[in-house]
Amino acid sequence: MSLRKSHELHQRRFGRNLGVGLTLAAFIVIIFGLTIVKVSGTDFGMAMEETQN
Amino acid sequence: MSDASINASTLTAKAPADEASFGDYFALLKPRVMSLVVFTALVGLIAAPVPVHPIVGFCAILFIAIGGGASGALNMWWDADIDKVMKRTKGRPIPSGKVEEGEALALGLALSGLSVIMLGLATNWFAGAFLGFTIFFYVVVYTMWLKRSTPQNIVIGGAAGAFPPVIGWVAATGSMTLEPWLMFALTFMWTPPHFWALALFMRSDYDDAGVPMLTVTHGRRATRTHILIYTALLALLAVGTSFSGIGGPIYLTVAVVMNALFLRGAWAISRRTEDDSEADNFKVERSFFKLSLLYLFLHFGAILVEALLKPYGLGGWS
Repeated sequence: MSLRKSHELHQRRFGRNLGVGLTLAAFIVIIFGLTIVKVSGTDFGMAMEETQN
Repeated sequence: MSDASINASTLTAKAPADEASFGDYFALLKPRVMSLVVFTALVGLIAAPVPVHPIVGFCAILFIAIGGGASGALNMWWDADIDKVMKRTKGRPIPSGKVEEGEALALGLALSGLSVIMLGLATNWFAGAFLGFTIFFYVVVYTMWLKRSTPQNIVIGGAAGAFPPVIGWVAATGSMTLEPWLMFALTFMWTPPHFWALALFMRSDYDDAGVPMLTVTHGRRATRTHILIYTALLALLAVGTSFSGIGGPIYLTVAVVMNALFLRGAWAISRRTEDDSEADNFKVERSFFKLSLLYLFLHFGAILVEALLKPYGLGGWS
């Protein structure tokens, strides 16, 4: 059997795997957006200024 | 061991008919309960007097919802034995054999940890800790302890479902005042009449499962009286909230109308005999239960409208 051949399990669990994949992708997007907001916010800027002074 | 032998020996262990889909795992999170959590937490967040960045607000609501979902999964893990018995719950993923109990436990614990940490990072650690306490309260205090040991299970356990607007408020402000606790009290006092009405027309379910609902331990007549008493207290609280910082003329109008209807329903339930209810298949109890859903939605909706109008000088009493 070739290592590249897809097992029947892959087809059977395609929906579940797709759901998990999309959920993880959405989580990454959310964390990225949250990070941008946090580092752009005044709190973060003030903290950086205090560190530099 | 070759790749082929791994496939052959382990990966086909489960028959396709039993296999859980992504939707079955999602169902473990009790999406309908989650929608109530999302809505009330959103109202708490928006009604708070501190503006929140939309993305931070979105994340706060999302992680509160995930925390609520995690509680649901842990509840289904613990209650799998009685869920099998009750008609209302036997189609859930664990009793139907699609998801194993251990999977629900793992999902619940993982999402609990994730939601608490992420809410703490996204907003503040007070909100994160409060979410953690809420999960603990629902799973340990309500599900594991009270639900099977006291007819007051719904009353005290209802607190868990009432915390989300407080968490939303704390996520925005980092502190607590009277107003979020009024929202808490509204849901807390609403929960018993809502569930007791359900218990009146789903009675065999709780009997069969041995859950000591008030209908089972104190009888149906006492339950009807309890519904009326709690509804009267709820009406006082709901109308009184109109004159707090989260109330206003719109909220007052909604509260007066909805509480008049709710009191009328509770009065009708208290006057009915079992024969009356059996004769029309619990029509009054069922309509009271449906009205209770609208009741909570409209009260929180009115608080939301009052808060959204405030920037334009229209919300509240000022």
